Amino acid sequence: MRRYISRLFAGAAALALCVPAASAQELTIFWAEWDPANYLQELVNEYEAETGVVVTVETTPWQDFQTKAFTEFNARGSAYDMIVGDSQWLGAASEGGHYVDLTEFFKKHDLGNVMAPATVKYYAEYPGNSGKFWAIPAEGDAVGWSYRKDWFEDPAEMKAFEAKYGYPLDVPKTWQQLIDIAEFFHRPDENRYGVAIYTDNSYDGLVMGVENALFSYGADLGNYETYEVEGILNSEQAVAALEAYRQLYEYTPPGWSKTFFVENNQAITEGLAAMSMNYFAFFPALVNPASNPHADATGFFANPAGPDGDQFAALGGQGISIVSYSNNIDESYKFLEWFIQDDVQKRWADLGGYTAHAATLESEEFRNATPYNEAFYQTMFKVKDFWAVPEYAELLTAANRRLYPYVVGGEGTAKEALDALAADWVETFKKYGRTE
Amino acid sequence: MTELISRLEPDSRAASRGFSDLSIRNLFIIPTIAFLIIFNVFPLLYSLWTSFTDFRASTTAPANWIGLANYRELLSDPFIWRNFTITAKYVLISVTGQVVVGFGLAMLLNRKIPLKGLITTLLLLPMMLSMAVVGLFWKLLYDPSFGIINYFLGLGKFEWLADPDVALYAVALVDIWMWSPFVMLLSLAGLSAVPKHLYEAAEIDRAGPFYTFFRITLPLVAPILMIAIIFRTMEAFKTFDHAYILSSQPTTELIAIRLYKMAFLEWQTGLSSALAYIVLIMVVAITNIYVKYLNKAKAR
Repeated sequence: MRRYISRLFAGAAALALCVPAASAQELTIFWAEWDPANYLQELVNEYEAETGVVVTVETTPWQDFQTKAFTEFNARGSAYDMIVGDSQWLGAASEGGHYVDLTEFFKKHDLGNVMAPATVKYYAEYPGNSGKFWAIPAEGDAVGWSYRKDWFEDPAEMKAFEAKYGYPLDVPKTWQQLIDIAEFFHRPDENRYGVAIYTDNSYDGLVMGVENALFSYGADLGNYETYEVEGILNSEQAVAALEAYRQLYEYTPPGWSKTFFVENNQAITEGLAAMSMNYFAFFPALVNPASNPHADATGFFANPAGPDGDQFAALGGQGISIVSYSNNIDESYKFLEWFIQDDVQKRWADLGGYTAHAATLESEEFRNATPYNEAFYQTMFKVKDFWAVPEYAELLTAANRRLYPYVVGGEGTAKEALDALAADWVETFKKYGRTE
Repeated sequence: MTELISRLEPDSRAASRGFSDLSIRNLFIIPTIAFLIIFNVFPLLYSLWTSFTDFRASTTAPANWIGLANYRELLSDPFIWRNFTITAKYVLISVTGQVVVGFGLAMLLNRKIPLKGLITTLLLLPMMLSMAVVGLFWKLLYDPSFGIINYFLGLGKFEWLADPDVALYAVALVDIWMWSPFVMLLSLAGLSAVPKHLYEAAEIDRAGPFYTFFRITLPLVAPILMIAIIFRTMEAFKTFDHAYILSSQPTTELIAIRLYKMAFLEWQTGLSSALAYIVLIMVVAITNIYVKYLNKAKAR
């Protein structure tokens, strides 16, 4: 018995000695559960083949992503070495001390020029224009549109559309055309509807959807440097944009009151809607005949321009950050050095990831690789994002609270909703000492 | 008592190994008490302290004592009051529905009917399901395009969960479906305990069914029915899962959903702790009122 216990202790001691050595050869990246995370796992398998370091991409459903990530951060947990976190987390995660400051790394590798400008601004830098960087742009993404090419190219439909609206039926170039086309195809009696848009108010779905209209109508969420909101968020352009979004909601399929990326892809795969808003990262499923029976007849376009020609889109996507509680920070740096290499970024794009690498994005090869890459390329140079301040979640809650009843319930007016939201945000910024 | 047991079992194995009854008792009680302190008492006291601070779990900033500011902010927030109003309405609809349906089913099952056991078991099935699964299941049933409810009721594309005036009733209906069997089960126990001779006496006196129900059945079942109401009220007040899954209407944002968002999406830890205590105080107050009536019913 005594010999057995001695062996047990010896084994435990040997195991304890082995643990640090073994853990240095393993890295865990945390991300949400979606196709790009699978592509990233394929990519990091190649890192393992080159270096022997095992990298695991651990995922969780989108609904739990924020809660799980911040629960781990708050516990100062070392379960994850790196995280591909949402852009609006930058403020909370950097000010909370959860992310490693990557400013030196950024400068050393000249990432400000290597990566597309918008992705650096929104996925990496906080506070805005501060020159401090907390992430490496990893998965570029933005909101774009898919549409039914066969419906658009049907000669009878084209003739009827032109007769009604006075211009040819084509991919919408402006938001007014988008509304006209949505109205034209909205035929509940034929189980055919005009458009599918984001309406889910649980997190950022509805707000992202509204942002597409807001930014393109020449409005903004506020001044990101001075935190001024009044007169910007509730400007005339913003009111017109919100009215346009509300009008689009009138042409959605029935039951479209809590919809996000899953439902909006379904609107196309089930042949429900003529056009559907969604992140580009979800478009691979729409060109796959196994998941979309209308794959051959599905086209894509970038978010159209507003009445004054402004053309922007809401930013999706994420940057990759090193978690400050990781036991493998040095090893994580080595991984990031590998990840930002030109050939690795090209490989990342080949696998299906949306690289933020400027040269790869601009290449003809990338732009012609899929039916939606050209629209993605165009969009990534005209994206805008939500506030990245630590209190972004409170700003989101207020936005959902004010916008949803107007867009989905038709309560009040766009002006009333935006005035109330501006007042809420002013109050929040005052509460956190950003304004007086 | 310890001595008595020791005398009765002088040769017990525990005693032979040197374990006294006291040490065996401690062996069971101490871990239980430690568990309760670590997982119940400490979080309760810690969250109480947090409710008086501006603590945000998502930051490394220290928690500052701000006294009653969180409570003042919450109690003067019209949105929080709206959440409470919605919750009160939901509890009223849901619990009333469950009592009516549950007690009605119990009355039906309290008579000799074929396959009574099987029917009772089948009726109990909803409350054995996960609330999240029930939420998803009913979301499909309510779907305006292919939901079976609109099909059977001939309502076309009626949007149960998108209509702000109807959504709360739709959510409450799910709760009624799920938890009426619980009320039925307790009511059945109460009904079976009513002495048969009282009904025989009533029959001899030619009492009508209305009189029998209100003078015999209901008063005798009332205490156990009150227990069911207490349990269901407390649970309905805390409803989260299926309401969160089913609808995102502002008119269905129950206080538990608001609390979740405040605590885990906005990371307003101090403020959400204060809200949790306000909810706790309200539930305790309502329960006490019920218990008072329960005692009155028992005394009768």
